Amino acid sequence: MIPELEKFKGFSAKRLPKEEGLAPGHRGCQGCGEVLALRMVMKALGKDVIVCSATGCMEIITSPYPQSAWNVPWIHVAFENAAAVASGVESALKVLRRKGKLPKKHIDVVAVGGDGATGDIGLQWISGAFERGHDMVYVCLDNEAYMNTGVQRSGCTPYGAMTTTSPPGKKSIGQVTWKKNIPQIMVAHNIPYVATASPAYYLDLMNKIKKAAMVNGPAYVHIYSPCPTGWGSRGDKSVEYARLAVETKVFPLYEVIEGKYIVSRKITKPKPVSEYLKGQRRFRHLTEENIAYIQKRVDEEYEKILRLAELT
Amino acid sequence: MAKRVGIEVSIAIAEAVKLAQAEVIAAYPITPQTHIVEHLSELVADGELDAEFVPVESEHAALSTCCGSVAAGARTYTATSSQGLMLMSEVMYVASGMRLPIVMTVANRALSAPISIWNDHQDIMTQRDCGWIQTFAENGQEAVDLTLHAFRVAEDRKVSLPMIVNIDGFTLSHVIEPIELPDQADVDRYLPPFKPKYKLDPKKPISMGPVGIPEVYTEARMAHDQAIKNAKRWIIKAWDEFEEVFGRRYNPVEEYRTEDAEIVLVTMGSISETAMTAVDKMRDEGKKVGLLKIRLWRPFPGPEFRKAAKGAKVLAVVDRTLAPGASSGPVGEELRTVFYKVPGAPKIFNFIAGLGGRDVTVERFEEMVDKAASYAKKRPKELYEVIGVREK
Repeated sequence: MIPELEKFKGFSAKRLPKEEGLAPGHRGCQGCGEVLALRMVMKALGKDVIVCSATGCMEIITSPYPQSAWNVPWIHVAFENAAAVASGVESALKVLRRKGKLPKKHIDVVAVGGDGATGDIGLQWISGAFERGHDMVYVCLDNEAYMNTGVQRSGCTPYGAMTTTSPPGKKSIGQVTWKKNIPQIMVAHNIPYVATASPAYYLDLMNKIKKAAMVNGPAYVHIYSPCPTGWGSRGDKSVEYARLAVETKVFPLYEVIEGKYIVSRKITKPKPVSEYLKGQRRFRHLTEENIAYIQKRVDEEYEKILRLAELT
Repeated sequence: MAKRVGIEVSIAIAEAVKLAQAEVIAAYPITPQTHIVEHLSELVADGELDAEFVPVESEHAALSTCCGSVAAGARTYTATSSQGLMLMSEVMYVASGMRLPIVMTVANRALSAPISIWNDHQDIMTQRDCGWIQTFAENGQEAVDLTLHAFRVAEDRKVSLPMIVNIDGFTLSHVIEPIELPDQADVDRYLPPFKPKYKLDPKKPISMGPVGIPEVYTEARMAHDQAIKNAKRWIIKAWDEFEEVFGRRYNPVEEYRTEDAEIVLVTMGSISETAMTAVDKMRDEGKKVGLLKIRLWRPFPGPEFRKAAKGAKVLAVVDRTLAPGASSGPVGEELRTVFYKVPGAPKIFNFIAGLGGRDVTVERFEEMVDKAASYAKKRPKELYEVIGVREK
């Protein structure tokens, strides 16, 4: 166990922090699962934090000048480089504290990006920051496509999904590749803490963010973030889809603490993936055969996580 | 007492950054910038400079890291060249638009393709409009002095803009020169601690880098333009103070033997020293030739230049970059604009020279002066001419 986590105490539903790092009144879509997750992230982090945002939905909806939804210090520089900006903030805090120009009090440095900013265009910047060992939390809010630019496919778009650049047609089923496994890439950096989380399991999500902030060194939390606008699902079903993704084993919840895999919620009686796929316009065109393939692959991927948990 | 030592210019620049007590240095290696950051990493490793040296994975990350560190309130430095500057390019515009006072040395180098590690100004001229303050050093002493000046100006609350000191790759970065390294006490007197008006601080939360909707974007860009134009005053004032503390004088445009000169060469960077030798030679031969050296490139000191060029009949403007398809080189275009419809303005001829490490010799400057003299009589077809092209 990491010594920093010995003092860890989880949140409880009755005693959630009142503070809101992210204020209401932002311009998110109705039913946005991403901003819901981000609000929980900010609740878990508290006041002593500096947030570095990548360009994307969360940046756009929270900062149209002269308005800002941020109650904590916040910086946005560009799309791909939130981890590098966070590296700079963390380095500055370190040297200024050492030189007595800042109080000793710890300030969490957090970078936030979508799946494109994290797994595609920004992967190198995160890899560099993690390799150098900066004390930061990187939060990926994964809504499985480039939603801010109008629902184009990313490396994190799931197999078979329809997006504006992975349209199903006579010669294509939609997205033809399997979802890129970003958390596993982060695990390969040998950082102290990696976790996956879902806004449907909000206490689990907040506890993971808290742990990520507590550990010294880089930490990564990958949060599944339903997007009604991009997925063609009902705005009032976002939490339901977030839960179904976990219950169908599509999005397993786990932690990797110093290389050791811990499954947060073992799914012993999984629901069929078809339950998760139905009602989302992006999957509407899939045939039974397609769905059978997805079911098989989802089962295999889940088994891999269970095996890793046994091995480590 | 300040000591005068024989030292490589890159090492001297690193020593200047140490004297400035930079707190975060983020850099990625690229020839010919490497010796600067190598020496800085040594100074940090030896505990001679209390700073965070962040060995980033790319130049884009270098400048991104600098944005974060300066926004959090740390004095911040980086250095790059050529392809590295190109990779930074996206963040260049963000850093200046966000008014983040980063100081950067650019060891000027050609751009690929074909790939070339040697000196010219093609890298920095791609960043002509990036909104950073830019100066050009002519020799090692200037490189050191302008580095200290850059921190003083960039961090001034009345300026708050990032600043580039250009030094020619190899011809400046890798030569050993006698350089006077200032005393720490004098530097401390000249350069106050970095106290930004706005920074990332949980006690006083602010949002940096918001969305600029159409209702505010024009005003934001205009404010940036006004800021860099207003900065000229503080740039010059910081040179006045530099002279008081260190005894060396700098100006936006430097004149050399321009009294009664009819043909005036215009240069930037280290070729100015060769140009001075060429002017001396031509003066000895009775030619009325002078030299104007542009030290401050952005904001461009138009009025100062017009004043310095007063009386000149012909300007032979040297550009060290080639802009394919353009009407002329960037310095040539700048000066044509500055003199547009000015009564009694000199005729302007633009020469492209010294690309990709090709030497610009005394003979080449003589050639430019002769050509400018003949073009003044008979206008050439083209607005610029490439000098020193091999015949075969």
